[in-house]
Amino acid sequence: MQITVLYFARLRETFQTPSETLDLPTGVQSVAGLIAHLAARGGAWSEELAGGKVFRVAINQELVDFTAQLQAGAEVAIFPPVTGG
Amino acid sequence: MDKLPQARIAISVQTEDFDLGHEADVLSAGDRGIGAMVSFVGLVRDLNLAEDVVALELEHYPGMTEKALLGIAEEAAVRWPLNAVRIVHRVGRLHPGERIVLVLTASPHRHAAYEANTFIMDFLKTRAPFWKKEWTPDGPRWVEARDSDLSAAARWHQVVSKQYGNTDHD
Repeated sequence: MQITVLYFARLRETFQTPSETLDLPTGVQSVAGLIAHLAARGGAWSEELAGGKVFRVAINQELVDFTAQLQAGAEVAIFPPVTGG
Repeated sequence: MDKLPQARIAISVQTEDFDLGHEADVLSAGDRGIGAMVSFVGLVRDLNLAEDVVALELEHYPGMTEKALLGIAEEAAVRWPLNAVRIVHRVGRLHPGERIVLVLTASPHRHAAYEANTFIMDFLKTRAPFWKKEWTPDGPRWVEARDSDLSAAARWHQVVSKQYGNTDHD
């Protein structure tokens, strides 16, 4: 399954990319699976996504929790807690 | 209870400044059912989490930002009798003293206008994808989210069900 992943704010800077297209292994079906997949890259990825830091995930521009299922073609965004207003 | 016409909702995410008087005139023009309009204007202050903030950089998630703000305004219009809602949020580089956010809520009744306005700001701060980066003499740093903002939004789950369980808002 192919998805697009967007990163914003501190995560965009830390990962040094605003977005990427990913071909997910068959086992990766949920947000939790995607996060584990990305954290397995190590370095900043594991520090930000598996180091107890807080972040949010949206699928197709709606906030979701980690149990949410991914669909092919989805736009997934990973970002720090928001600070507008 | 008389059902109000659907609330008019207008959302803008822009780099330009806004004019409160102009926005209020536009919102109320031609709508004689409005008895109260509440405005909230947020300003950039020079003391946020870091000291000596010289500028703020506002990043957002184009597309989701507008959707999230619209969703929050629609949720407010379900909970309170609102004629109209206007939200303007600025992005890009802003300096202390500049306006950053505008929320206007118009209703037949002032309590609804006040409470809906607070509700919208509380949820904007926790659900709308904006991020602030502060520029200080020592360099930039991302503003961290505050727990107090989360608890401000969470309290509506209790307040609204308690006070607005019925449909009589007078």
